[in-house]
Amino acid sequence: MHELSIVMSIVNIAKQQALDANASTVDEIELDIGTLSGIEMDALEFAWKQGIKQTILEHATKKINRIEAKAKCLDCNAEFNIQHYYDACPVCGEHFITILKGKELRIKSLIVS
Amino acid sequence: MCATCGCDSGNNEQYHHHNENHQHNHDHSHEKKLIDVEKDVLYQNNLLAERNRGYFEAKNILALNLVSSPGSGKTSLLEKTLVDLKSELTFAVIEGDQQTTNDADRIHATGTKVTQINTGKGCHLDSHMILHALQGMKPSENSVLFIENVGNLVCPAMFDLGEKERVVIISVTEGDDKPLKYPDMFYSSTLCIINKIDLLPYVPFSLDKVKENAKKINPSLEIVELSCTSGEGLQTWYNWLKSKVFIEETV
Repeated sequence: MHELSIVMSIVNIAKQQALDANASTVDEIELDIGTLSGIEMDALEFAWKQGIKQTILEHATKKINRIEAKAKCLDCNAEFNIQHYYDACPVCGEHFITILKGKELRIKSLIVS
Repeated sequence: MCATCGCDSGNNEQYHHHNENHQHNHDHSHEKKLIDVEKDVLYQNNLLAERNRGYFEAKNILALNLVSSPGSGKTSLLEKTLVDLKSELTFAVIEGDQQTTNDADRIHATGTKVTQINTGKGCHLDSHMILHALQGMKPSENSVLFIENVGNLVCPAMFDLGEKERVVIISVTEGDDKPLKYPDMFYSSTLCIINKIDLLPYVPFSLDKVKENAKKINPSLEIVELSCTSGEGLQTWYNWLKSKVFIEETV
């Protein structure tokens, strides 16, 4: 259940950013979360409700951009979408692939006031 | 948190100016403002991990993060390694568990410098815990530091501790599809140790299948098979370990 640590990190970053901008509340937070980021969305939802209580994010709207994972085959250079780490290259069938995107776990933006 | 402005005053009330006698001097703008943060959620952990990594490099310490599910034999492998290589390498160990100092006591019995971190309710070690453990234990220069993570194949995968290599351990009493079920850990590791191979005749575990599954997740993963009980394969692990220790050339 590392999602709670993740929520606490998000709260800390948001708090610091709001403080730097002389703002007192966060109205909206936008997150980029890749499908291979290791985040379970249901667990994040659960941890979110608990983790933001009495914090600057308590009343913030949360927007999540799910980023589809994409990989490149190191054998034949084909680029393709993947659902799992163990997916093979659809062109040559090899597993020698490198992940191009889908591991994102970042705060994209905040709207503060 | 201060209820007036939302700033993080903590308990340091003396630094806070919300009393009646003078002007509230915070300069708040009450308009909505967009901040492009573009920051990794784990950047604080990653930052401290880099700091740990710098410390290890400066002191020529080989730091290894040992991860596995509970009961795969991490501590037994450490005990064996620490005793067998005692005369060749200098070791230090950081033990991570939710509760007890049982593992640290076992390591201590081998005569190795050891620190126990109890994470309480936490399911993983993070770089901040390692930073403080290092401040307390001060591992010697030119040594090998084993960090035995909390037994958990999920959460520790996300937290860089500043290690040089991540070693995932799996035992043959677990399923050979484990790499597919817990891919993050196998993806982020550089070495996979398959432990308890002396039990292979008694369990429906295929070495070929587990290796195939692990390589599907991470084609460059190195694999060592061994048994702490029979001693089979230990030499391969010791050779791997010694090959990673940087020995300064004497001119």
